[in-house]
Amino acid sequence: MSFELFVQYLVNGVALGSLYALVAIGYTIIYGVVNLMNMAHGEFFMVAAFLAMWGVNKLPLPWYVAYAISTVITVLLGLFVEKVAYRPLRKVKVSSFIGAISVSFLLQNLFVVLFTSRSKQFPHPEFLDEVLHFGNVSIPVVNIVIVIVSAGMFLILSYIVSKTKMGRAMRAVSKDLEAAQLMGINPDRVISFSFILSTTFAAVGAFMYCSKFPYVDPFTGAIPGLKAFIGAVMGGIGSIPGALVGGFTLGLSEIMLVGFLPTMTSYRDIFAYLILILFLLFRPGGIFNVKIREEKV
Amino acid sequence: MEKKQLKTILSLVSVAVILFFSFWAEDHLDSYQIRLLYMWGIYVIFVASFNLVYGYTGQFSMGHAGLAAVGAYTVSLLILSPEAKQLSFFIAPPIWPISVVQWPFLPSLILAGVLTAIVGFLIGAPALRLRGDYLLIATLGFSEIIRLLLCNMPSICNGAMGLKGIPHHANLTWVAGLAIFTVFVVKRLVDSSYGRAMRCVKEDEIAAEAVGVNLFYHKILAFVISSFFVGIGGALFAEVLGTIDPNTFKPYLTYAVMIMAVLGGVESLTGGIIAAAVYTVMSELLRVVETPRTFFSLEYPGIPGLRMLVFAVMLLLLILFARKGLMGDREFSWDWLLSKVQRDTKGGQES
Repeated sequence: MSFELFVQYLVNGVALGSLYALVAIGYTIIYGVVNLMNMAHGEFFMVAAFLAMWGVNKLPLPWYVAYAISTVITVLLGLFVEKVAYRPLRKVKVSSFIGAISVSFLLQNLFVVLFTSRSKQFPHPEFLDEVLHFGNVSIPVVNIVIVIVSAGMFLILSYIVSKTKMGRAMRAVSKDLEAAQLMGINPDRVISFSFILSTTFAAVGAFMYCSKFPYVDPFTGAIPGLKAFIGAVMGGIGSIPGALVGGFTLGLSEIMLVGFLPTMTSYRDIFAYLILILFLLFRPGGIFNVKIREEKV
Repeated sequence: MEKKQLKTILSLVSVAVILFFSFWAEDHLDSYQIRLLYMWGIYVIFVASFNLVYGYTGQFSMGHAGLAAVGAYTVSLLILSPEAKQLSFFIAPPIWPISVVQWPFLPSLILAGVLTAIVGFLIGAPALRLRGDYLLIATLGFSEIIRLLLCNMPSICNGAMGLKGIPHHANLTWVAGLAIFTVFVVKRLVDSSYGRAMRCVKEDEIAAEAVGVNLFYHKILAFVISSFFVGIGGALFAEVLGTIDPNTFKPYLTYAVMIMAVLGGVESLTGGIIAAAVYTVMSELLRVVETPRTFFSLEYPGIPGLRMLVFAVMLLLLILFARKGLMGDREFSWDWLLSKVQRDTKGGQES
C-alpha cells in the first residue's frame, strides 16, 4: 500500500473524526452538567437537518439563512424538551433515561408522520462538492470546511467554558450541584444554557454531516448520534477534550478499518459496539480515565 | 374448606379454563383473532421476563430484542427441513450441523430457551457489573451486536435475507400454556427467598450486601432466567411470523416491551398481562389508521408512522405523569376477589 493512499484515508478519517467529535461534545456537555445520557441528541441532529432542507426546498431560502433559522429552531426545541420532559425527571435516575429514549422515539416518529420515511436529498452550497487535488490525494472541499468549522466551534466552546461567567457556572454545577446552588448559581439556567450549546453543536454537525452524505430521512440522526456517543464514552463522558479525542479516534479508526480491511466493512458497527462495551466495562472513565462520581457509575 | 385449598383449586380451574378456551378458539375464531391472542401471549412472556430483571431486581437491561433473536433463530433453524434450508440459503450454503438437522418442535423450543439463557449468561456476567445507565447502554450494545452478527453470518442464518416459511407448530394452547408457565415461574421466584433477595438488591445494593445477599449471584440468576423465557418468547414469535430477518429484532422490539412493562407497572405481573393486551389491541387499531382507504368517495391517505408516534407519546406521558403504570406493584389475587365476593353477598343479605 502506498503512502498516498494512507494520506487519503487520513484526510477522510480526520473529517469524519471531527464530525463525530462535534456531535460527541453535545453529549458530553449534557452529561457533564445534568448527568444524563441524552439519547435524543441524534434526533436533534436529524431535526436540524430536516428543517434546513425544508427551508431551502420549500420556502425557498438561501442556504445560510435556512441553516441559521434551523439552528435557532433546533435550540428552541432542545430547550422545550429539557423543560417539559427532562426537568421533571431529573431526580429519578432511570426514568430520566427512559424519558430521553422516548423523546428520541417520539421525534423520529413525528418526522416519519410529517415527512414520511423516504430519504431526500439534502440541499447544500455547491462549492462544497468541489474536490481539490494534491498529487494523487484528492480532498473534497467539504472535508476541509468540516475540519475548519469544527476547530472553530471547539475554540468558541473552550472560550465559553473557561472564560465566561456562564462557563464557570457550568463547571461548578458539574463538579458539585448542591455546592454550586449554595454559591448562588441557578442550576436550571445553567442546564438550559448547556442544552443551548449542545443543540447548537448538533445542528452544526448535522449541516456538515448531511453535506458530506447528502441524504436526510427521519433516522439520519441515529447512526452518527450513536457513533458520537461511543466517541464520547471513549474519551470519558463528561469531559470536553475527551469527547474531541474520542470522536477523532473513532472516526479515524473507522475509515482506516474500511480502507485497509475492506472485507471487514460490514463488521464496523459491531466493532464500534464492542469498543463501547469494552470501555464501559474496563475503563468507564475513557481514554483519559476521567474521574467519575460514584452515583454516575 | 380451607382457604388455601380453595385458592389452589380456583387457580387450577382458571388455568384449565384458559387452556380449554385456547383449544376451543383455535377452531372457532378466525385467523386474525387467533393471531391477536397469540401476540398477546408472546408479549406476556416478554413483559414478565422484563419485569423479573427490571421491576423486581432493579437492573435495567435493554437486551430483549437480541435475546429474542437468539431464541427465534435457534428454533427456526432446528425445525426447518434441510431441503427448505438449502433452498432459501442462496448467499452461502448452510454449514454442517445446520444443513442436516431437523428436530421436532418441543426439543427445539427447549433448546432455544437454554441457548438464549447461555447467551444471557455470557452477556450478563460482564454487563451486570455495571449499574444504571451504563448497564442499559451495554445491554443495548450486546443486543445490537447479536443482530449485526446475524446479518453477517450468511452460512449460519442466511444473513440479512432471514429465514422464510418457518413451519407453524405452536398452536394457541402452546402459547397460552407457556405464557401461564412463565408468569407462574416468575411469580413463584419473586415470592421465594431468592425473590426477596432480588428486591433487596433493587432497593439498596450496599444494604443488601451488608445483610449477606450475594449481589452478583442474584442479578445473574434473574438475568439468566429472564433470558430463558425471552428465548422461548422469541421462538414463538418466529413461529407466528413465519418469516424472520435480523431487522425483526431491532431495538424497537425492546422499546415495545418496555412500553408494555411501564404501562402495566414494572412490579406487577397482572399489570403486565393487562398492558400486553392493551398494546396488542392498540397496535392493531392504529394499524387501521395508517392504511389508506376511502370512506364514501372521501379519500383518506393513511398516515404511516402514526402508530409509533402514539406509543412514543404514551411512553413519555407515562414516565412523566404515571410512573407507576396501571397497577404499580399491586397484583390480582384470589384473596382480593374472595373478599370482594364475600362483601357483596353480605351487602346483598343486609339490604
